[in-house]
Amino acid sequence: MVVGLEHFLILSAILFSIGLYGALAKRNAVVILMSIEIMLNAVNIAMVAFWRYIAPVLMTGQVFVIFIMVVAAAEVAVGLAIIIAIYRSRETVDAEQIDLMKW
Amino acid sequence: MPPEVALAIILLPFFSFVIISFVIRPFLKNRPQLSGYITIASIGASLLLSMWVLIEVIKAPGHVLPMPDYQWLVVGDIAISIGVTLDSLAAVMLIVVTSVSLLVQIYSQGYMHGDPGYSRYFAFMSLFTCSMLGLVLADNLLFLYVFWEGVGLCSYLLIGFWFHKPEAARAATKAFVVTRIGDFGFLAAILFLFAKTGTFDIGELHQLALIGALGGTVLTWAAIGVFSGAVGKSAQFPLHTWLPDAMEGPTPVSALIHAATMVAAGVYLVARLFPMFAHSPQAMITVAIIGGFTAIFAATIGLVMNDIKWVLAYSTISQLGYMMLGLGVGGLAVGIFHLFNHAFFKALLFMGAGSVNHATGTFDIREMGGLRKAMPWTFATFLIASLSIAGIWPLSGFWSKEGILAHAWAHQPILFFLAMATVFLTAFYMFRVLFLTFGGEYRGGSSDAHPLRESPLVMILPMALLAILSVISGWLPISGFLGGESHGFFSALASPLALVSLLLAALGILLAYALYSARWLSVESLRQTFAPLHTLFSRKYWLDELYERVFVMRILVDGLFAACHWFDDQVIDGAVNGIAGGTVTAGRVIRRLQTGQLQAYGLAIFIGILAIVACFLIFG
Repeated sequence: MVVGLEHFLILSAILFSIGLYGALAKRNAVVILMSIEIMLNAVNIAMVAFWRYIAPVLMTGQVFVIFIMVVAAAEVAVGLAIIIAIYRSRETVDAEQIDLMKW
Repeated sequence: MPPEVALAIILLPFFSFVIISFVIRPFLKNRPQLSGYITIASIGASLLLSMWVLIEVIKAPGHVLPMPDYQWLVVGDIAISIGVTLDSLAAVMLIVVTSVSLLVQIYSQGYMHGDPGYSRYFAFMSLFTCSMLGLVLADNLLFLYVFWEGVGLCSYLLIGFWFHKPEAARAATKAFVVTRIGDFGFLAAILFLFAKTGTFDIGELHQLALIGALGGTVLTWAAIGVFSGAVGKSAQFPLHTWLPDAMEGPTPVSALIHAATMVAAGVYLVARLFPMFAHSPQAMITVAIIGGFTAIFAATIGLVMNDIKWVLAYSTISQLGYMMLGLGVGGLAVGIFHLFNHAFFKALLFMGAGSVNHATGTFDIREMGGLRKAMPWTFATFLIASLSIAGIWPLSGFWSKEGILAHAWAHQPILFFLAMATVFLTAFYMFRVLFLTFGGEYRGGSSDAHPLRESPLVMILPMALLAILSVISGWLPISGFLGGESHGFFSALASPLALVSLLLAALGILLAYALYSARWLSVESLRQTFAPLHTLFSRKYWLDELYERVFVMRILVDGLFAACHWFDDQVIDGAVNGIAGGTVTAGRVIRRLQTGQLQAYGLAIFIGILAIVACFLIFG
């Protein structure tokens, strides 16, 4: 079996869907953050696959992936800090309890 | 004669008004008598110019002086030009207005002496005279309407001159509002005529009526609309109720309003548009019936009033009814002739009432009596005016009343009998007042506290002049000048009509003498016999109550105003509140979507993106 672009894209889509499900359905804020990381990495896979199969000369795709990793690391740092702050004030990380934006 | 003369007649009293209002009242407060002098000088000058105009009109062929038109307003395609009419009708009216106004102003100097509003009074009187002169001269309905409203405004200001008295303020408002009902019809008729013919010019409208381009129901409705304005201003039934209340104003104002200006405006309007009325038999019969009915209707109320000015007020309404009757039966000349004569003797009667009030401090004839000795001049002039209004030969009232009666006999026999009955009533109520005021003994408390004295010369002089005019004004060939026929001085007595009406007038005087002077008959027993009639007359047919309680309170306040209030409350406010309430309710429902659950928002965003993608794939 020849591994082609579409296989990478299918993997990326599966990972993205898992991440999306986790982000929308899980209650634990830490799990939601992890799910978001999965979605970001699904995008990274797609980026690298496109670079490899469509424009292997230009380094654009790889550079973007590096950028996304950096942003994701920063995001995790900020996200975890927010979750800890919420935990300190509300003693929970259950997303359903965090509803201050309610009407 | 230069055309500027006609403009000067209108503008002189106006300048007097401006000078008094903007120079004398602010800067020369301590010299108010200047206001009187300026008013008298300007109206006197107007009188002299009016005489010049009259002479020129008499000399002119067909008694019409052609005058240039001036462009007034241009709105799009509509150009409105204004000008003045100088024909026999206008010339006669100019003389009436300026001469009566001049004499009233001279009289006012005595009557209003020391009043804190002296300057204001003369300013309003000047403006009033100016408006009336403008109304007389206008050759254009729109221009005429401006002065028509000016007359209404000035009458409001003068009736409510002593505005600190609540009754005066009420009477002024009533006069303004009641005449406004008629004015509405007049304005509607002007606009209707303009819509149908495209012109405001009275001469052109007459031409259109003459050649038949303006006729049928259009002409009838327009004429009736115009007549409704005249009904309001000339206090004809059913809009007569304002006039007796207008007695709250100073007495010289009553003399001017009820003789030469305000109430004459309605009669003059019908006369001015007479060719239009003459081409609509329905309009003519309406004028005649309203006039004839008003004449006898007001006379019956005049029989039982105890306030001398109220008797004169109802007598004015009754005499105006005569004029309308005269016009309605086709007697343009006799109608205006009666207006001419009436102006003098009615102004004189009001001045007499004012003079009596000056001495006794009351208008109630039950508290007078015996004034003949104390006030010989007032008595003599009042007697002449009473004889004149009763229609005794050869005083002025006789000539015009005969003319109206003859026309009525020829055209409307039923109304003729009403008018004949009114002759009797007129003589009776005038001489009732005369005997109660001047005959017998003084009944008004001790005369030491309030010494009975003849009025000053400045009041007696105009009364004497008016008394002379009340005698001779009927001898002037006014009727012939206006296109009617004139009678010989003695041959007029030969007609059976004149003899019958003289007999009726004499009977009226005799009855008044029998009841109130000689006391052959008891007034009390007569009142007992006719108790229901007496109540009906003295309550003025309950018309004031009918208007106030039924029309104003029931139909307007409880009906129309309540309906409008309900509409405003429920529909207008309801719509506004409904929109606000709907928005709030919708917001309350929709905000349930804002759960505050971040994941729900995320889901919504995801579904939205899917939808966009789906749309993109399907449609494009």
